[in-house]
Amino acid sequence: MLNTKKYVPWLYILPAIFLLFFFLVYPSINTIYISFFNFNSEIFVGIENYLYCFTNEIMLNSFKNNALWVILFVPITVFLGLIIAVLLDRVKYESWIKSIIFMPMAISFVGAGVIWKFVYAYRPASAAQTGILNALRMAFQLEPIPWLIIRPWLNNFCLIVVGIWIWTGFCMVILSASYKGIPRELLEAARVDGASEFKVFWQITLPLMKPTLAVVATTMTINVLKIFDIVYVMTNGNYNTEVIANRMYKEMFIFRNYGRASAIAVILLVLIIPMIVINIQRFREQEGIR
Amino acid sequence: MFKRLILLVSVISLISIFSLGVLGASSVTVLGTWTGAEEEAFNQMVAPFESQTGIDVKFTGTRDLPAVLTAQVEAGSPPDLSALPNPGQMAEFARAGKLVDLSTFMDMKVLGSDYSPTWLDLGSYEGKLFGVFISADLKSLVWYSPKAFAQGGYAVPKTWDEMLALSDQMVKEGKTPWAIGFESGAASGWPGTDWIEDIMLRTVEPEVYDLWVSHGISWLDERVKRAFEIFGQIALNEKYVYGGPNAILTINFGDSPDALFTTPPNAYMHRQATFIKSFILDHNPQLVPGEDFDFFPLPPIDAKLGTPALGAADLFAAFKNTPEAQALIKYIASPEAQEIWVGKLGKLSANKRVNPAAYPDDLTRKAAKILSEASTFRFDGSDLMPSAVGAGSFWTGVLDYVSGVRLDNVLMTIEASALDAYRK
Repeated sequence: MLNTKKYVPWLYILPAIFLLFFFLVYPSINTIYISFFNFNSEIFVGIENYLYCFTNEIMLNSFKNNALWVILFVPITVFLGLIIAVLLDRVKYESWIKSIIFMPMAISFVGAGVIWKFVYAYRPASAAQTGILNALRMAFQLEPIPWLIIRPWLNNFCLIVVGIWIWTGFCMVILSASYKGIPRELLEAARVDGASEFKVFWQITLPLMKPTLAVVATTMTINVLKIFDIVYVMTNGNYNTEVIANRMYKEMFIFRNYGRASAIAVILLVLIIPMIVINIQRFREQEGIR
Repeated sequence: MFKRLILLVSVISLISIFSLGVLGASSVTVLGTWTGAEEEAFNQMVAPFESQTGIDVKFTGTRDLPAVLTAQVEAGSPPDLSALPNPGQMAEFARAGKLVDLSTFMDMKVLGSDYSPTWLDLGSYEGKLFGVFISADLKSLVWYSPKAFAQGGYAVPKTWDEMLALSDQMVKEGKTPWAIGFESGAASGWPGTDWIEDIMLRTVEPEVYDLWVSHGISWLDERVKRAFEIFGQIALNEKYVYGGPNAILTINFGDSPDALFTTPPNAYMHRQATFIKSFILDHNPQLVPGEDFDFFPLPPIDAKLGTPALGAADLFAAFKNTPEAQALIKYIASPEAQEIWVGKLGKLSANKRVNPAAYPDDLTRKAAKILSEASTFRFDGSDLMPSAVGAGSFWTGVLDYVSGVRLDNVLMTIEASALDAYRK
């Protein structure tokens, strides 16, 4: 073992490095490169594409909406995931309920968008409602609401609800595994010492789950920064619901402006890098503990 | 045993690679936006071609054509032919040097006599022919139910003012005159741009319309603003439109005309292109075209401009210059092919030699007559604008306007994107 040549480990990781280079490093560098060129990558335009991204009204609105997604989506999914994970631990049919909550994860995001478009569907008050929410409102003699049209809060919030519906199950499963990893003796000891359930949760459970919570929260943040499918399917960014990734798609595939699409991609990458760094640091810390 | 297995596997894979190569040599790949009835009609159109030549036509339909096509072209593996929804996209690919010049192998004399110069011009870019038109859709139509009109004692309006007077009369009688729906997934808003274009054609000279399309006049121009306002008189009027502006934004364009055929009718008039007939029949198979539903030309606003026609058309362009692709595009340009296509779909032909008897019904013949008698014909403007405007800010602009955003803000947003998009 000890007399293996120095290059041998390199041989083992070479395929991985090769793949990473061609499918990650090279495209990233190329994207950064063409983000400094015009729409068809022929004329160098300096930082013009970036200036556009930070001055254009719709782009600024996209940044605002992505921020709204982060602020609402991340805490709510993580919080719900945690509460459900901890509470379900005491329920008899835990695995059944968990399966049901996890189920939306199995649906493609486009599928989820279509499903929820039906949930929010709007028909004139005189017609039969096809959307369940408006049908409920009509049952209570209330006017139907065009959920996805009313800006800027209601429609964005309605979209975020769909994201929460999909991802809460994922958070729950990860956090539940972490919760079950906590030695029961610790919790029992605290209870024997007279700690209230609330205190046990705050002072023992939560600190022990902190690393997992951080990982889940950063993963959710990365997810939400890249949010695309739901918005694309349900509103396509109309009525002030535009997000960064959908804008990137439009610039690239509809408007065929490669420079601008690449600039948006780079900005998105830069926004996500800190999250990745945090995730890696957490990972190292955990490795260190072991 | 193991060696034998390897031998078997390699023989099978060799055979499959070889046969793929053989099949690939006698087939044409075609990408288009058509699915459902339109895809069926396309397959029926190319069936005689396939049996005559033995060339296999492989059609892929996607509603997301611009994205799919762009990705394939950029990846260096475009389809042999593509059905493009508008000449604007054709011009973009032509400028990028991705298209085959059709005049190099097609008989230009025959094309010159089969097609009117308008169609050949629209299919050309910088003097070269890159696209052939297969059919047209007439957009300037108002659909209605003759039975419902007879019951209410309404006459088909001949002028815009008569149309508004009729709308007012219906409102007074407690009815709702209009059914409008702009929802169309990722393309939401396009039916609204048709309204604006139709009104533009009826309020300004055709030359001004062309200037507007090429951004020779600003979106802040009084004439553009007026077109939006005339549209707003109908669309923003809660009493005029079934369900009001909220319904316009949330009801799918294909579902919208359903309101005409409820008992009692939820609405009486619906402005939409010829193709909506297939949606109406699909949703209400019991209806008889011409009896239960019919159309009248969207009436003129300014008498001296007459009744102009706004239209769209489907065209084919070639990305690869293979003999099979050449054969197929020649066939598609022929009246034999187009008679099958327009006969199945009730679209209007672009080729002059197509026999009017090929049209499936009198309704389609009537539309063809309106198209040929129109004082002016103009192509759907949004399809000719750079996509950042024509498939971007113009779509969202109309939606914003209907949803209550101030018109000046709407037009300023479109103008800002136009200033940027026409630069390139």
